[in-house]
Amino acid sequence: MDINLLIQLGYVVAAGLFVLGLKMLGSPDTARKGNGISAVGMLLAIVAALLDQGIVQYEFILGGMIVGGAIGAVAARSVAMTSMPELVALFNGVGGAASGLVGVSALSIATGNFQYVTIILSILIGGVTFTGSLIAYGKLSEMIGSGAITFAGQKFVNGLIVLGILYSAVMFITTPSDPTWLYAVVGLSLLFGVMVVIPIGGADMPVVISLLNSYSGLAACAAGFAVDNNVLIVAGSLVGASGIILTQIMCKAMNRSLSNVLFSGFASVSTAVTEVEGEIKPISVEDAYYVLEAATNVAIIPGYGMAVAQAQHVVKELMELLEANGCEVNYGIHPVAGRMPGHMNVLLAEADVPYDQLLEMDEINPRMESVDVAIVIGANDVVNPAAREVESSPIYGMPVINVSDARTVFVLKRSMASGFAGIENPLFYKDNARMLFGDAKESIGGLVREFS
Amino acid sequence: MEVSYLLFILMLAVFLGFELINKVPATLHTPLMSGANAISGITVVGAIALAGSGEQDLAQWFGAGAVALASVNVVGGYLVTDRMLGFFKKKEG
Repeated sequence: MDINLLIQLGYVVAAGLFVLGLKMLGSPDTARKGNGISAVGMLLAIVAALLDQGIVQYEFILGGMIVGGAIGAVAARSVAMTSMPELVALFNGVGGAASGLVGVSALSIATGNFQYVTIILSILIGGVTFTGSLIAYGKLSEMIGSGAITFAGQKFVNGLIVLGILYSAVMFITTPSDPTWLYAVVGLSLLFGVMVVIPIGGADMPVVISLLNSYSGLAACAAGFAVDNNVLIVAGSLVGASGIILTQIMCKAMNRSLSNVLFSGFASVSTAVTEVEGEIKPISVEDAYYVLEAATNVAIIPGYGMAVAQAQHVVKELMELLEANGCEVNYGIHPVAGRMPGHMNVLLAEADVPYDQLLEMDEINPRMESVDVAIVIGANDVVNPAAREVESSPIYGMPVINVSDARTVFVLKRSMASGFAGIENPLFYKDNARMLFGDAKESIGGLVREFS
Repeated sequence: MEVSYLLFILMLAVFLGFELINKVPATLHTPLMSGANAISGITVVGAIALAGSGEQDLAQWFGAGAVALASVNVVGGYLVTDRMLGFFKKKEG
């Protein structure tokens, strides 16, 4: 059989396996197998690519694979689950950089205007993904401040960069023999990636990561056009679509439009002063224990603070003790709790919490009235009743977990500082709310000791 | 390959992607993301041909760099997704 036909058939089967793998990711029972099937597809695609008779030298390929594979394997094995957002951000960036490099080096085989355009696209999307992801990584790991960075004339500078990219792209396409303009596109794309992510604050990172995830797929897709390869286009657009859907889900969960998330750093933040009535009522670990001991239905609402305090394992211990005491325990997970989609679910799964006890917001809210105690661990904005009650609040309209419907609410909090969004939380002043101040891990550890 | 043909593939793949991903439950969104990340490492296939062309020096080096970066994605992405999915368990009994 013709070797080229064999290669193409290999790509077709690989694309089919990717689709099948993603389909199996639709249920926790089959997800792991689905990931394996997708990996087999990737292996097949790589083998097919290696059969290409245009390849005369294997040293560069093997060298790259060994170095990259080793780095990937070490990173995957050693990363802590609490740091998953950082790792995914880095992987997004690496994927974008790879596609951008494919674009640059495809220049040597490019023949027509269409290919020049796609080369520009893969460099542009890849470059933005690369530096944008590095900034996102910096913010997530707190290497740089997680707040929004803005300065006067930011819009103007960004506009200049966009114009510069467009101008360089046109100049490159009209005179492709001169690579200077191509390098200008590379440089400006890298700069643009930095500029678009710095004005976005830490709490909006779930949106940014999803969007960059989508870009890394689109970059691969553009690279596929540049090197004329079907499997890149199919796989790249699957990833692109996946990222876009997650971005939509995240935006909807914050009741904001994508452009609002991306550009809100520019708007002057309106500091609406909400008059909150009532007083803060602290509770001791011992008193909290007596309430929990009598409870028959407990809901736990985790947020980013649980990840920071690394409290997921001790939360699971408390859950076991409560269940042994005849109490029903469920978790209410808000879509934007944590720093990336599904962040809380992975942490709790690692701590051996069965996934059928992790309820989505729409599932837990109708049950909230029958809950005796809702325990809020390191979450703030996602349980803020101002989103329902205070029309002037910046988060008014955002769907939240209605913990105040529970008979009693325990809020585990380090101090009275407001959340990332800087919004006052009237929940803390409600009659049925009790504040359990201190490190979440120590507070829950204290409850566990009271039980045993 | 003809441009229209490639665009045709793009359109179908995007629709298929939307259909598939919409069915993924929220609890699996993080593994979905890292699994998608691994798939975006498919760019390694494009990079392989460029790194092995044996022609222009610079293009080959860029190609090799792209192979290395994409391999980080492929190997790291699949391994970490597998590790995460291994944690997801149903309630016993």
